[in-house]
Amino acid sequence: MRHATAPRENVGTNSFSVTGILKMCSHCERFSKKDLGVRIPRPLGNGPSRFIPEKEILHVSKVDDRTQSIFEDAFVALGRLDNISLVMGFHPQYLEGFLRTQHYLLQMDGPLSLHYRHYIGIMAAARHQCAYLVNLHVNDFLQVGGDPKWLNGLDGAPKKLQHLGELNKILAHRPWLLTKEHIEHLLKAEEHSWSLAELIHAVVLLTHYHSLASFTFGCGISPDIHCEGGHTFRPPSLSQYCVCDIANGNGHAYLRDDPLGNEEVSGEVEVLMEKMKQLQECRDEEEEASQEEMVERFEREKTESMLVVTAEDEESVPSRDVSRHFEDPSYGYKDFSRRGEHVPTFRVQDYSWEDHGFSLVNRLYPDVGQMLDEKFQMAASLTYNTMASHKDVDTSMLRRAIWNYIHCMFGIRYDDYDYGEINQLLDRSFKIYIKTMVCSPEKTTKRMYESFWRQFQHSEKVHVNLLLMEARMQAELLYALRAITRYMT
Amino acid sequence: MEKMSRVTTALGSSGGGGGSGGAISGRTMFCHLDAPANAISVCRDASQVVVAGRNIFKIYGLEEEQFVEKLNLRVGRKPSLNFSCADVMWHQMEENLLATAATNGAVVTWNLGKPSRNKQDQLFTEHKRTVNKVCFHPSEVYMLLSGSQDGYMKCFDLRKKESVSTFSGQSESVRDVQFSIKEYFTFAASFENGNVQLWDIRRPDRYERMFTAHNGPVFCCDWHPDDRGWLATGGRDKMVKVWDMTTNRAKEIHCVQTIASVARVKWRPERKWHLATCSMMVDHNIYVWDVRRPFIPFATFEEHKDVTTGVVWRHQHDPYFLLSGSKDSTLYQHMFKDASRPVDKANPEGLCFGLFGDLAFAAKESLITGDVNRKPYPGGDRRYPIFFFKKPDLTEQFAHVSSALSVFEPSLESGRMDWFAKTARLYLLSGKPFAELCDHNAKVAKELNRPQVSTTWTMVRIMFSDPVNPNHNLSNKLGTLPLMNSFNMKEMGAGMCPDGRLDRSKSEGRTDAVHLEPGNSHISNNEENEETEGSDGQAEYMFGDAELDDDDLYSVEHDNPGEDHEYTLPQEAFPLRHEILDNPSAPEHLQQDGGDSPHVSGNEAEATCLTPIESCSLISASQPLFTPHLPASFFCPVVREMLRHYAEQGDVQMAVSVLIVLGERIRKEIDDLTQEHWYMSYIDLLQRFELWNVSNEGLFVWCQGCSHGGHLEHMMNWLKSSPHCPAGCGHLCEYT
Repeated sequence: MRHATAPRENVGTNSFSVTGILKMCSHCERFSKKDLGVRIPRPLGNGPSRFIPEKEILHVSKVDDRTQSIFEDAFVALGRLDNISLVMGFHPQYLEGFLRTQHYLLQMDGPLSLHYRHYIGIMAAARHQCAYLVNLHVNDFLQVGGDPKWLNGLDGAPKKLQHLGELNKILAHRPWLLTKEHIEHLLKAEEHSWSLAELIHAVVLLTHYHSLASFTFGCGISPDIHCEGGHTFRPPSLSQYCVCDIANGNGHAYLRDDPLGNEEVSGEVEVLMEKMKQLQECRDEEEEASQEEMVERFEREKTESMLVVTAEDEESVPSRDVSRHFEDPSYGYKDFSRRGEHVPTFRVQDYSWEDHGFSLVNRLYPDVGQMLDEKFQMAASLTYNTMASHKDVDTSMLRRAIWNYIHCMFGIRYDDYDYGEINQLLDRSFKIYIKTMVCSPEKTTKRMYESFWRQFQHSEKVHVNLLLMEARMQAELLYALRAITRYMT
Repeated sequence: MEKMSRVTTALGSSGGGGGSGGAISGRTMFCHLDAPANAISVCRDASQVVVAGRNIFKIYGLEEEQFVEKLNLRVGRKPSLNFSCADVMWHQMEENLLATAATNGAVVTWNLGKPSRNKQDQLFTEHKRTVNKVCFHPSEVYMLLSGSQDGYMKCFDLRKKESVSTFSGQSESVRDVQFSIKEYFTFAASFENGNVQLWDIRRPDRYERMFTAHNGPVFCCDWHPDDRGWLATGGRDKMVKVWDMTTNRAKEIHCVQTIASVARVKWRPERKWHLATCSMMVDHNIYVWDVRRPFIPFATFEEHKDVTTGVVWRHQHDPYFLLSGSKDSTLYQHMFKDASRPVDKANPEGLCFGLFGDLAFAAKESLITGDVNRKPYPGGDRRYPIFFFKKPDLTEQFAHVSSALSVFEPSLESGRMDWFAKTARLYLLSGKPFAELCDHNAKVAKELNRPQVSTTWTMVRIMFSDPVNPNHNLSNKLGTLPLMNSFNMKEMGAGMCPDGRLDRSKSEGRTDAVHLEPGNSHISNNEENEETEGSDGQAEYMFGDAELDDDDLYSVEHDNPGEDHEYTLPQEAFPLRHEILDNPSAPEHLQQDGGDSPHVSGNEAEATCLTPIESCSLISASQPLFTPHLPASFFCPVVREMLRHYAEQGDVQMAVSVLIVLGERIRKEIDDLTQEHWYMSYIDLLQRFELWNVSNEGLFVWCQGCSHGGHLEHMMNWLKSSPHCPAGCGHLCEYT
């Protein structure tokens, strides 16, 4: 199922919309239909994302040279331009680093064999029932010669990969429970044991795909044309539902309104900006809150983040195809405070990415540490100094609040951050969205996407998604790497 | 109050005893802390050390035999984050004054002279992020500098409530700040983006100079205590660099490559070239480097079991005492005399092959000078310096070593190794029936004038082939045989000479073999049992092949005539006598093998169908003599010896090739370690000849897990028999 040959010439002409790339050129279509009897697939859905109208997403014709060349490189490397890249195309600086890292993880020198890499990707994406990523990598997995039997479930895979299942599960949902015993279990399993370098590779892959699943759901990425659910052979007039829509209880009924047209929320941006300004001033003037107060604030935020209700009522229906990849589907993100459990606090000053995580990764999997470092930095520092229609805004405070809020949900604490800021800057609907996306992304709905930051542009929401994704990845990585470091010492 | 008085007495007594550096004494010792340490600092008279961390802030007295806890500065029921220290510094002028950098962004000063339990003096909360470093001015009592994650450096006057000046690092996080020891107004700051800046304390608006020192964060810097303008920096890129700041542009004058990110660097007192480093991750040791000899640490302290977070020389004029704190919750005093010296364990000899067979050998000069034949390398001393002299230096404490380097070139017969590459390219190791492979390879060897190898191939085929082919050819045999013999004899003379090198060594090996199996040289032993017409017998003995369709005639072993004469001749006689009778026997026992052995490949089975089996048995019936004793496994010991022989002789190519072609037939006979050794040696050789892709079936694969690898063919063969990595690294490789 490769439909990649036709688009190549179209990219050059610069005049087609993005989804146009994925449609067959009419000449070929006519040719193949009549003469060869080939069935031509048509893309389902409207553009790369179900949340973002197709017309908002960049058209290749509008794309600047830089994005253009990034797209071309991605196409050459993968033989496709997936919807994730198209949506990320809003932020070309980031996309470049993202694709480079992903390409390196999947294709370049590394301790794991190619089919292992894709299979781990499938395992990780399946933890979040992310049909999009699973389908993508099932294709890749088979293409690099993976054994189809493995796809029947983890039971069909080698023991070695089965061992990884536990790590996958913990990392995805409760990374703070990871201990050096888990690592030891993987590294000392007789003939099924992992080497340290392999383990680092696997951990980076797992965290990459967990967080990418968050992004996929958070932006409502539509299936790619060559994947299951991404195309149809039926004539255009028929049903346009796709698997994901059904799985998320999210039919096209929601497509109705333009989210920006909602009157009652006007001024939201201004309120937010006002708060930021106030906080800035307070910081300079106000007497420092007592230490107890600061600790209190962190704990409150952490506890509260547990209480933010994710959309429990919109129970999702995992498609069978995907669920087979993971055992124990009941094991998900749990709201600990409600169940009396307590997330231990992880002090970032004692184990940070910059000082510790980086060195460990770079030591065992050269170059990847550097790439991840650049990617994290890019995600954290990316700004256009705009908020909705306002220009020249310093958004660093807001970005830091989002980043730290996510880490806070994972129990990661920055000694030097006042967690009171989070409460000021992030409103409830935004917190719900973040919480859902990070902890159980499969439950993200279009309604949630629309109900936060209504006046902001789609590109800004994608920006938020990038922040969420990277912050989540770093949080998971920190726990995993800390466990590995503890094992090593 | 009681504690207070103890402190003051401690300070008082040490003040009297200290002062001059020579007075300190002690031993290597340690004490347990209650919590991991982040930093340590020592007071000026070297009598006390302060340890700070997230959950610890204590002062220990340094006594002759042990550390004694003097004071716990962490007071209060619920210690605030202000106690969570990232860094600590003891004032070098005012012995009651300490400063700490807190992870929450506070800068705190402590006055030990305070009568209350809480010694906290000043609290500055101007930084918005973690403060990474505090530094007192070396000679100015009230001046304190701080560097923070928020990208600012602040200078405090301790008599005032607020900072007196702020230096902006343009929102790049500051990792270290250090006042220059010699220049009153200057300080250096190192940054997370790899830059180092120099500032004038009077000019907060703009740095004096800036340069990029490292790739990635610069975690630490340290001014040389004596040399004005020397600054050492350590970074996440695992390097320590020494910069000369006196010139217009900062000049890198030394660079030490360590094995992990460098967390701290401290110049060793009284030793111009020495500095101590410790790492932030993975590596727990403390190293003392001589920057002029950056490849091997001058001394190593290996006591800590988790990363070392703080190193400090106990006294600023004493190079023999080093203090260190660690995440493993211990505080150590290291005596320099107890350090391990890696240079003592290092192997002072080096040996390396060049691409074209050159061999370079470096060793201590004293070991080599006796060699009369040494002469300067003709190619010019610049490229190949023969001697490395180091000027004797009084401060130098390395054992003075000068090495001599010898470069050996291969002799001028440059074509000598051509056969190797050609053979590697032309040999077929799989993909055809066994017999064809052998024949092909025999032919290749013959064409390259290696008759012995060629012979071996043919014999291997005969030994392990199924009976069909010999039978098949039987009818033609008698007619052609004489012709071949004569042909062979002619060719031998020409064929032998080029391979002279091989022959010489071979003869030795051969003699051994003969001794091992008296009465039967291992190869001729085969012959005798096999079939084959032995022919001739004076200088070399030759055998015509039983199969006439390939024109292979060969000599089994071309020995130096004189040497082996007496051994070989008698044996020669035996096969000659039985010449004709032997022929039919071969099919007989070989066919039996076919039946017995479950390992016969499909290819060979096919071949069997060509001949009627009855005819075989008919002939064999007439020769019951040899039948029962000779299954294919019978030859295995012989073949094994043969392979060993080749391998020992240096022709590992032959050993490996035969091994692969024979596959299961022989593998069990040779222990894994030996096979592995051969494979790796051969692969190594192939790499030297850059034959990665051309040789054999071409593919060279690496295990992604352990990065050991080999030729695809070899690896497949190997992994069929063993799940472990052929390199013996214990990794479980999978071939897919």
